[in-house]
Amino acid sequence: MIRLHQVSKTFPGSTVPAVDRVSLEVPAGEICVLLGPSGCGKTTTMKMVNRLIEPSSGDILIDGRSTSDCDVTQLRRSIGYVIQQIGLFPNKTVEDNICIVPDILGWDRRKSRERAAELLDMVALEPGAFLHRYPRELSGGQQQRIGVLRAIAADPPVLLMDEPFGAIDPINRVIIQDEFLKMQAQIRKTILFVSHDIDEAVKMADRIAIFRDGRLVQYDTPDNILAHPASSFVSDFVGGDRTLKRLQLLTVRDAMLADPPRVRAADSLKQAVATMEEHGHQTIVLVGPRGRARGYVPLQAARGAAGTVGENHEALPTTIRPNEDLRTAVSTMFRHDVSWLACVDEDGMYLGYVTLRGITRLLSETYRDG
Amino acid sequence: MDILDYIISNWGLIVTRTGEHVAIVGVAVALAVLTGVPIGVAISQNRRLAEAVLYVASMVITIPSIALFGMMIPILSLFGQGIGYLPAVIAVLLYSQLPIIRNTYAAIRNLDPALREAARGMGLTRGQRLREVELPLALPVIVTGVRLAVVMNIGVTAIAAYIGAGGLGTFISRGISQTDPRQLVTGALAVSLLAIVADLALLWLQRKLTSPGLRTR
Ligand SMILES: Nc1ncnc2c1ncn2[C@@H]1O[C@H](COP(=O)(O)OP(=O)(O)O)[C@@H](O)[C@H]1O
Ligand SMILES: [Mg+2]
Repeated sequence: MIRLHQVSKTFPGSTVPAVDRVSLEVPAGEICVLLGPSGCGKTTTMKMVNRLIEPSSGDILIDGRSTSDCDVTQLRRSIGYVIQQIGLFPNKTVEDNICIVPDILGWDRRKSRERAAELLDMVALEPGAFLHRYPRELSGGQQQRIGVLRAIAADPPVLLMDEPFGAIDPINRVIIQDEFLKMQAQIRKTILFVSHDIDEAVKMADRIAIFRDGRLVQYDTPDNILAHPASSFVSDFVGGDRTLKRLQLLTVRDAMLADPPRVRAADSLKQAVATMEEHGHQTIVLVGPRGRARGYVPLQAARGAAGTVGENHEALPTTIRPNEDLRTAVSTMFRHDVSWLACVDEDGMYLGYVTLRGITRLLSETYRDG
Repeated sequence: MDILDYIISNWGLIVTRTGEHVAIVGVAVALAVLTGVPIGVAISQNRRLAEAVLYVASMVITIPSIALFGMMIPILSLFGQGIGYLPAVIAVLLYSQLPIIRNTYAAIRNLDPALREAARGMGLTRGQRLREVELPLALPVIVTGVRLAVVMNIGVTAIAAYIGAGGLGTFISRGISQTDPRQLVTGALAVSLLAIVADLALLWLQRKLTSPGLRTR
């Protein structure tokens, strides 16, 4: 856990503080993204945690212990540090770069080298091919992956990352972000992550801290920041399309109507119509004997028709999993020109459905209760 | 052909003189590395100090070697060492400071600040940063300074024959005083050859010491 308590920094020769009475708490295992325009004090705030910059006032605690009581060298060795410029040592191999902190801590060499290989595996870089290469032989994205591994090699509980993916091209940035989130799900570090990109923040953060001129103006979950910006500064910063951004944060499950009525192949169309009319539905899904989604019957086509559902149904244009985000759901609907999707699990079992209207309602609900 | 005959019949003497020459330059430049590199590292922290130190080192190099030898005679005579090996070594030591200090300083100053930032942020101490990162990266440039010092001072040492330091310069000084072109040419040839060989040897060493990660191609 990282706790900042009324932390300020005024640089020598300056009258205005670069960081002004910032208090925030990052719970263990969470990613807190420091977000704001350039020059608002994000980097300064971060560097006060590992004391590359000493605070002018206030206190910073890691797991309850004040960093000012720690030996500064020991403190830094217990905090992983990743910077935008990466800063891999060009004279050292990938392996020796990753093992730099274990080496200065005097860890067993064989063990640390084994760990380096395991870590490379985690980011899908073949250890045999990469361990003995030099940084200049790697692409920018590969270098930053090594930069992250170097930071976590000695297994520090806390990680500081200053715009770590900022210099990587957009396509690779998305890949490396996803990869990092997957890794974080395993390693559960407590992370301060600086970014000036709202999309990156929304994607990476458990909590976002928005800074303006050295002050913390809002500290909340990404969804709350997008749904309830605390000021016009925040809403301007997160952008006019903040509702669309929220779609990424919500899953199909949030908007899904679970366990809706369904029909089976042997049911007559008359029964199908009756069920739809009873529930006010325009369509109904046909399931197989074990509950797999097999097709659907539209109300209009079934009305007044004879026969069974088994003989008179249409194929589902597509289905969606409940753990997909709503952005994917909406774009799938647009792509197939439909206004609803059947949700199925990995075995194809019918779980429920989402509609465009249901999604709209979900988004506007959270605005109303705020 | 006279010259070739001279070289062949005096081969043993040439080898001895070369040994003396190498002993002066080798010892003095080695000492200069031991002083110049730490000075170059130390002044990389402080620009004003660096300018002052580099200014003094540049002044030293403008003193003609004959004048420097002359100035040392009365001082070193107090210890009974006014002429010979010691003043020669001191002169070479002084002349070597500028290239070695200047290159060390420049190499350390020009390191990518991101490297220092990353190293500091990970908890490397000043000594560890020097050993693990800064010196290995500065090394090629430092060795270039050493090569410059060696080549330059092989020439300076030839003049030290006039203060009785021995070395290949004795062939030249005797060649001049005895108007004997055979000795003169032998000395000049040997000095040039020694400079080239020393430079190539250090180039080889430089390649050996430079991390493969720094090779550009
Ligand atoms: N070492 C420093 N000395 C003086 N001023 C600084 C220093 N570092 C940052 N600042 C100033 O502090 C403010 C915040 O900087 P910084 O924390 O780097 O912003 P951000 O990371 O949000 O872009 C800026 O106005 C910057 O000019
Ligand atoms: Mg910054």
